[in-house]
Amino acid sequence: MEAATVKAPPPPPKPGKQPTGAVEGSATWRLTDRIGLAICWGLGLLFCAIAIAVIVYLFIQGITYLKVSMLTTPASAGFEQSETGGFSDALIGTLMVAFLGILIALPAGIAISVWLVEYGRPAALARITESTIEAIAGIPSIVLALFGTVIFSSTALAFLSRSTEGVVFGRSFFAAGAMLSLVALPLIVASVREGLNSIPRHVREASYAVGKTKAATTRRILLPTCRPQVATGAVLGLGRIIGDTAIIVVLLGATQNFGPVEGAPFPLNYLRGVGTTLTNFVYEASPTGNLNQPQKAYAAAFVLLVMVLILNAIVDVIHRRARRVGTWSS
Amino acid sequence: MEEQYTEEYGPKWSDQRVERMLGALVIFVVGLLLALIVVVFIRAWPSFSHNGLAWFTGGGSVEDQLNAIALSTETGAHYVYTFHAWPMIWSTILITGGSVLIALFSALFVAVFIVEFAPEWMANVLQPVVRFLASVPSVIYGLIGVVVLVPFIGNHLVTEDQKASVAGVISLTGYSLLAAVTVLTVMIAPLMVSIFSDGLRSVKPGWLEGSLALGVNRWRTVWKIGVRSARPAIVAGTVLATARAIGEAVMLAMISGSVAFAPNPADGLIFIYEPSRPLAPTIVKNIDQLSSPPFNATLFSIAAVLLFSAAMFSLAGYIARRSMRKYGMP
Repeated sequence: MEAATVKAPPPPPKPGKQPTGAVEGSATWRLTDRIGLAICWGLGLLFCAIAIAVIVYLFIQGITYLKVSMLTTPASAGFEQSETGGFSDALIGTLMVAFLGILIALPAGIAISVWLVEYGRPAALARITESTIEAIAGIPSIVLALFGTVIFSSTALAFLSRSTEGVVFGRSFFAAGAMLSLVALPLIVASVREGLNSIPRHVREASYAVGKTKAATTRRILLPTCRPQVATGAVLGLGRIIGDTAIIVVLLGATQNFGPVEGAPFPLNYLRGVGTTLTNFVYEASPTGNLNQPQKAYAAAFVLLVMVLILNAIVDVIHRRARRVGTWSS
Repeated sequence: MEEQYTEEYGPKWSDQRVERMLGALVIFVVGLLLALIVVVFIRAWPSFSHNGLAWFTGGGSVEDQLNAIALSTETGAHYVYTFHAWPMIWSTILITGGSVLIALFSALFVAVFIVEFAPEWMANVLQPVVRFLASVPSVIYGLIGVVVLVPFIGNHLVTEDQKASVAGVISLTGYSLLAAVTVLTVMIAPLMVSIFSDGLRSVKPGWLEGSLALGVNRWRTVWKIGVRSARPAIVAGTVLATARAIGEAVMLAMISGSVAFAPNPADGLIFIYEPSRPLAPTIVKNIDQLSSPPFNATLFSIAAVLLFSAAMFSLAGYIARRSMRKYGMP
């Protein structure tokens, strides 16, 4: 069966800033008002300056110290910065937690927003759910991390991490990924809900009228229509996941290398084992960390920043494309 | 009748079933949040019950108390729980309060600038800049703070006289309130800007036009009508940013200085150069001790305080927003 894609109405003519004749200049304002406008300009330029400074500084330091070999060699013990290898484990670890976190958060986020927008009964439960999502967004990630150590140390969940003689270690990629998915969840729910809410009522009614069930309508009509919002939520969530440090420090074990569990089949032994990510590596390699290798911290931070910039660019592209195609929300 | 539409969405995907499945997931997430609250407070209880309200007061050196707690596990005689957290609570209040105030001021001006006064090219530059600053991982801000801001403060802003005047108590190396507040402000202001500007954009144009038609200049109109109408968004953004600031652990662990010291504003301006350590970084710094039962209770008691204060801020924001909505504001 062909997926029934709904053509959204063509984008309305952008109102934008219309030439409104003579826009009132600030020349006639009182001095205090003009000082206020000057503060606006000053702070706006300051924001730009900070952003440029962060990018330029990290690019210069990153290009100076980043060597391709760092991306392919794992960290090792040594006395000199030249002996301690690179951060390939951290790079792969970042990709692993990002994958695991989004694998849990995206379906869960879509399901929760579908329930909230399309079903939402009983109303009390819907209100509680909304507050729950808001509350999860407000919980400090370090508290989530501590909570994670409790659940993943329980013997029922021993299969998700390393356990020796009945004592469950409770730190693994599974544990970190699961808790990080909670960090991404509110962003995904907010974005997908916005998308679903922006679809007008008559689209659903047209689908019901030809005999589609609510579930089929959601799957075939509504979710494909708000694909841009789903993608935006996923990318924003990814950005939050790869940038989080507290959960990684607590729940991924304080190591610089993979620590696969022996006796488990291939992907599981790594996922059940401990590891590290770029954020953790930067934290440990910074002058206040245990490794104190600032040059490698710069290099890793540079790689992390490039990832963040790429994710930002993806969000931009999604927005622009959605606007060109024309959806109800933009 | 049913059968002809049900090749894919038959009994297996009937509406009732889908609704129940989604509902179960929603209840699971709500239950997870409740479990988190319950677990954190149960784990924290031993520390609170041993200390009573003295937990929140000062007295003695926090480092000594933490050492005694850790040591009591090793000797195994009986667990020690004595813990007086005031220096860290005070540091949290100072750092969070300072950066939220500065961020609120600057974010308000920047949001007004983006929405109303910036020329189109400037607004088109500022929006991605704000989004970028909000998405930079906190550990990168921490790294830049450690290698740039902290040495600058330590070498150039703090004078030798000032260092000598407090030499017996604490050493001023640049890890300071000033560094922490500066970097935290850069982290949370973009969050506020994006929420504030959404609020300002949704102010009814008619209200602004009415004010302009009465001859009020644009600056006054925006502040008296626009910003006032957008107050719910301003409260929402401030609450979210405050929650983020309270929970920020890793960045502050890197640059606030690792001493549980309570800077005293009564000492004069020198207090902004003094190091301190808020609550959340204390958890990160002592995470190695998580396996010792009394230390575990102490760390969870800190987490409980963080959770409680984040929840109280959300509640206060909710109440404030509801009372403002009474007057039909967006």
